[in-house]
Amino acid sequence: MTASARSANPLPMKERMKVARQLMPEQAAGIRAHNFTEVNLGYSAELARQEALRCLECAKPTCMKACPVGVKVREFVSLIVAGDFLGAAAKIREDNVLPAITGRVCPQEDHCEGACLIGRKVKPLGIGYLERFVADYEQRMGVRSLPQASPTGKKVAVVGSGPSGLTVAGDLVQKGHQVRVFEALHELGGVLVYGIPEFRLPKQIIHEQLDYMRAMGVEFETDVVVGRTVTLDELMDEEGYDSVFIGTGAGLPVFMNIPGEHLNGVYSANEFLTRINLMKAYKFPAYDEPMLDLHGKDVAVIGGGNTALDAIRSALRLGARKAYVLYRRSEAEMPARAEEVKHAREEGIEFHILTSPVEFRSQSANNGSGWLSGARCQRMELGEPDASGRRRPVPVAGSEFELPLSVAVIAIGTSANPIVQNTTPGLGTDKRGYIQADPETQRTSRKGVFAGGDIVTGSATVILAMGAGRRAARSIHEYLNTGQW
Amino acid sequence: MFQILHAEFLAPDIKRFLIQAPRIARKQKPGQFVILRIHEEGERIPLTIESSDPERGTIRLVVQSAGKTTHLLNSLRAGDKILDVVGPLGKPSEIGRFGTVVVIGGGVGTAMAYPTAAALKQAGNRIISIVGARSKELVILEREMGAVSDVLMITTDDGSYADRGFVTDKLRQLIQNGVRVDLVLAVGPIPMMKAVAEMTRGERIRTIVSLNPIMIDGTGMCGGCRVLADGKSQFACVDGPEFDAHSVNFDVLVQRNRTYRAQEQQSMAAWAESQRGPQIGPVETGLCAMEGVHP
Repeated sequence: MTASARSANPLPMKERMKVARQLMPEQAAGIRAHNFTEVNLGYSAELARQEALRCLECAKPTCMKACPVGVKVREFVSLIVAGDFLGAAAKIREDNVLPAITGRVCPQEDHCEGACLIGRKVKPLGIGYLERFVADYEQRMGVRSLPQASPTGKKVAVVGSGPSGLTVAGDLVQKGHQVRVFEALHELGGVLVYGIPEFRLPKQIIHEQLDYMRAMGVEFETDVVVGRTVTLDELMDEEGYDSVFIGTGAGLPVFMNIPGEHLNGVYSANEFLTRINLMKAYKFPAYDEPMLDLHGKDVAVIGGGNTALDAIRSALRLGARKAYVLYRRSEAEMPARAEEVKHAREEGIEFHILTSPVEFRSQSANNGSGWLSGARCQRMELGEPDASGRRRPVPVAGSEFELPLSVAVIAIGTSANPIVQNTTPGLGTDKRGYIQADPETQRTSRKGVFAGGDIVTGSATVILAMGAGRRAARSIHEYLNTGQW
Repeated sequence: MFQILHAEFLAPDIKRFLIQAPRIARKQKPGQFVILRIHEEGERIPLTIESSDPERGTIRLVVQSAGKTTHLLNSLRAGDKILDVVGPLGKPSEIGRFGTVVVIGGGVGTAMAYPTAAALKQAGNRIISIVGARSKELVILEREMGAVSDVLMITTDDGSYADRGFVTDKLRQLIQNGVRVDLVLAVGPIPMMKAVAEMTRGERIRTIVSLNPIMIDGTGMCGGCRVLADGKSQFACVDGPEFDAHSVNFDVLVQRNRTYRAQEQQSMAAWAESQRGPQIGPVETGLCAMEGVHP
């Protein structure tokens, strides 16, 4: 470990780890559980500089290696120490076109912060909080460092405006390519707008990032379902695109195939969250899309990922009396971010781990038949590891119990959406229907066509999708320059 | 933004729109639908495409006023704009040479059955069409259906036009008279489609219905439009909207379409109040507002 020769950090190495990790200011749990305003409030400049002082400025920064998009963490943190917040933001933007978003939703504990050296002894550097701070600072200052590149005359179509597609678009437009993003929904952002709730990622932040991309020259077209409105081949053969990136994201929601799943009140997490986030049903009747009134109702989400927590915390904010997470494995296997689990607990979400519903039930007395009134659940215990490497949940005999519920939200994952694959001859897919792409280059079986994000890997995270987008942008650029496949 | 080029009432509360939507017009096939959102605060609703003109880049939609959004839509005129129209969505109708096809359109469902009837006629089938409506003024597209049918039969519930009765009465007559029917396509209110399915099940006549569940994205992402068919959940937006009528659990469809009835009534009442004009019909209380709207 050696400090950079130009380090502005006044603290000697051994003092740096003595500085405590600066806490993220947040809305009090009792208040935020009833509103959709952002939970985390963000560092002040003072907190940010204080936190940045903790960085050891390692000669070989493991944090940067652990970042799926390769953000130069040490360099941007040093700029914060030096008080150059705009410089820090520009430094991040060299590798990450959506810093205000990843600063909020990235699971840093699995990447940069998980690899942070001081994390072996004390709490790791708050890299995500710092990233968020400089991105927000840049936005507040209204400064945009727009890269200038001379036009190459090449056209790239990006299918889907989620994290992978936006990353590809941002990276390629900076190389001088003409980029147009096609989005199936009426609003841009993919999972960032339909999936992640306002209290974790305000829509305003996404709009600002999109404005930035428009200013960089990225073109957007909404209401286009590629495969239906226009096919991939038509984009290439008739509309003159030299290359296409497919980032259509997580697909069809998976249901449990247990009795009662068609009852009114049983939702997929995608539908539940789309109503609330994209369609703003929580503002009904000012917005037309309806939502069931959850006031005083008991609501459960089935699943233990970030989507599950987003759904149940939304239900709580919509007035749910009881809000449960039913998860069939133990908390150790729960895929949700630690911070989200902590926030959810503080807000009053009840976790029923090692629990799984076996049937959704309806009592005809409740609102007439056809409405959910409860779930029959069973307790599980962990057996031998399964294909995912996690210990397999096994039902405990005789453990069944009734849980009264008005609404159940199923958040157990998704399967591949087939629309692009079915309408694009020669596009290779795996046996689960996901698009096959080279993990290094993101090339598909079709010349000039690249793919990345959830439509290749199955459900993953925003930052992993962005990492795929980065790799794809690099190889699309190479392909456009050399013409070689 | 999608501009309305022309709009005309085909019947009280049923309006036909000509909309500029070049991408959709190029790709539309019979049986497919669009999802539209009128304005920023609007909901997304599915509507079947009646026809399209790829040269002019236009599509035609036929809309029956049922809930707030369809009432609002039917108040729009030529020159007005619709914020979002996306499509064509869903699987196209299966067009083949089946032999004799009975095409049944109930109410506004006639407009949804029409493009498939036309394509089936084109493919060399003998088309017997049965168009049903509550009363004379609600019979729509009689001329268009006549032009693509070898036989056109019309029923009205109240007998104010053509034959009094239901479409199923005509279907029963055909079957009883020994007419060989190779395929039935039924599009209309759920009770009508269910009754047709019950009638053809015993006769083992292959029957197709086009379903109209509540839908949001229309691309398979939300799963809200799931219907119980063949005992398993299927998505009307990507697996349908057409299904084998004998596999469909219509009771579940009716039940799920009622999910937001209270909210729909609230929206409709607020809208009617905001209009306070004599042109607005009474607020529906019996039916789910979506039931009259067909994808």
